[in-house]
Amino acid sequence: MDQVGSGFSDFLQFLFMGLQRGSIYALVGMGYNIIYNSTGVINFAQGEFVVFGGLMMVTLTMTANLSIPLAFLLTVLFVTLIGVLMERFTIKPVKNPNVLRLIIITIAVSILLKGMAMCFWGKGSHYMRHFTGSDPIEVFGATLLPQTLWIIGILAVVVIGFVLFFNHTMIGKSMRACAINRDAARLAGINDRNMVMLSFALSAGIGAIAGIIITPIIQMDYTRGALLGLKGFGAAVVGGLGNSFGAVAAGMLFGIMEAMAAGYISSHYMDAVALLILLIVLFIRPSGLFGSADAARLREF
Amino acid sequence: MERRDYIGIGVLLAMVIAVPFLVDNPYYLGVLVFTALNCLTCIGLSLLMGYAGQISLGHAAFIALGAYSSALLTTLAGWSPWAAMGAGAVISAVVAVIVGVPSLRLKGHYLAMATLGFSAIVHIVAIAAVDITGGPQGIGGIPYLSFGDLVLDTDIRFYYFSWAVVIIGLILALNLIHSRMGRGLRAIHGSEDAACAAGVHTALYKIQIFIISAVYASISGSLYASYATYIDPGPFDVMHSVLLVTMVAVGGMHRLWGAVIGAVLLSLLPEILSSFSGYFQMIGLDYSQDYDILIYGGILLAIMLFLPEGLFSGGRSLFRYLYQKFSPAEEEG
Repeated sequence: MDQVGSGFSDFLQFLFMGLQRGSIYALVGMGYNIIYNSTGVINFAQGEFVVFGGLMMVTLTMTANLSIPLAFLLTVLFVTLIGVLMERFTIKPVKNPNVLRLIIITIAVSILLKGMAMCFWGKGSHYMRHFTGSDPIEVFGATLLPQTLWIIGILAVVVIGFVLFFNHTMIGKSMRACAINRDAARLAGINDRNMVMLSFALSAGIGAIAGIIITPIIQMDYTRGALLGLKGFGAAVVGGLGNSFGAVAAGMLFGIMEAMAAGYISSHYMDAVALLILLIVLFIRPSGLFGSADAARLREF
Repeated sequence: MERRDYIGIGVLLAMVIAVPFLVDNPYYLGVLVFTALNCLTCIGLSLLMGYAGQISLGHAAFIALGAYSSALLTTLAGWSPWAAMGAGAVISAVVAVIVGVPSLRLKGHYLAMATLGFSAIVHIVAIAAVDITGGPQGIGGIPYLSFGDLVLDTDIRFYYFSWAVVIIGLILALNLIHSRMGRGLRAIHGSEDAACAAGVHTALYKIQIFIISAVYASISGSLYASYATYIDPGPFDVMHSVLLVTMVAVGGMHRLWGAVIGAVLLSLLPEILSSFSGYFQMIGLDYSQDYDILIYGGILLAIMLFLPEGLFSGGRSLFRYLYQKFSPAEEEG
């Protein structure tokens, strides 16, 4: 930290960093919730969707030289397809799904995806250009990257799209119906298998978006999935499992706490902060900060 | 224990004694020592996965706790390796209570994520607390275990010792599952609500099993430290925890013997694969350890999709199925 910076500008700087990281955890947490709501399973491959999103975007923009919007769209489609394939080939064929088995299956898929990412993109970390230049903007003595604005903006767009989709479209309402009571939804003529597939598709797509927007800042490599996934899961649990707004709020909280810890305590232990919050919340209030205790007691995953 | 278990232990014992007469290469003996250490951890993990129906993605962290306790207490405080091993086990048990109580009190699989988070914290601390753990450079000069004047400083001595520990651990675990607690656990597996109603203290049993499995892992870690005499954070990452889960799942998580078989098969697999590396080159592939991750992932996925009972039970029922299918004369009902 430069000595000239006042206490406030330092704080602001950490806050920007926190918002930027928090947005990613928020998106990953939302991804967990979508699949959790439709299947009751925690998808351990969620972090891998983020990695694939980031790395595919690197390939399309830096190697294939596509424009950012086009590459963005293609990458999201590509990862969405991975999500669909994952559901069709590994989740759907399981005849009598027991949650432990499904969880181990998602662990297996995450290892496979990680291995594939290593084979395709190598072990190095990949640089990607910022969406609109990397000249920082000065705000009260702190510097703000344009990419940070993109990240926060895209999170906002995703959240708004999410609300519109689940509240104002037939498919979104059907998905919610399945999450509430699968048998009743089936009786009402909803094809629940397709809803499960759709939830994997949506979740993978949101993971891909998270990967795409963060890659210019953190430089993606194939090992990042586990920790990003874990912190995103932390956000989902702290926000109350299944509650997507809770996940967004908790994700932001994680990001900010982490950035403050890195700034004021030590950057070595930065990664441990979010995990520690997760363990403490599990200990004290397992229903999450924003979930109701009754709902949590009924949940099994 | 059942009669089959006595036979199994007899066979295992005979194999353990016989193998050094066939293999005298110290490298392969070393591989077999690591196999034994994996076996020990997997027996504990199998109790947790197969009998308590819970999954831990943090067993590598308990191995690390055992290993670092042994390393630090012997090199810095001058403790005997045995006392350090005991201290490591106690520390692991206490940590297991702290991590396990909140997540096992809840229904479902919060334990998986809690242990994953805990495991990541341990790994971060092992790397970042350079003053204590030596950081990425690790700790060297850890003393060997010894019985009086008999120092376990050769591969063959440690080989026999580590497998003796595995067999003792296996006998204890087999006894446990045929005890009151084991029956209670099997009842939980059938129906948690019914077991609860019949007076089985489900949460308590699950936590006890989690503690026991953490202690198994911790002892395995202490043994690793005193065998290798040097440790660094490398082997204790999340990937190793996943590998342990894979071993248990591949062998069959509802049988302790499955864990032993899975641990042996998957510990030896990299050696088998690298001995076939010539054939890989013939089909245009350059085998390297890097591909292990794909192979393990593929095996785990295939087993969970097609043989969820694991190789041990799955193989048996496959055999029965084929037997019935191709010998219609003996078909009954």
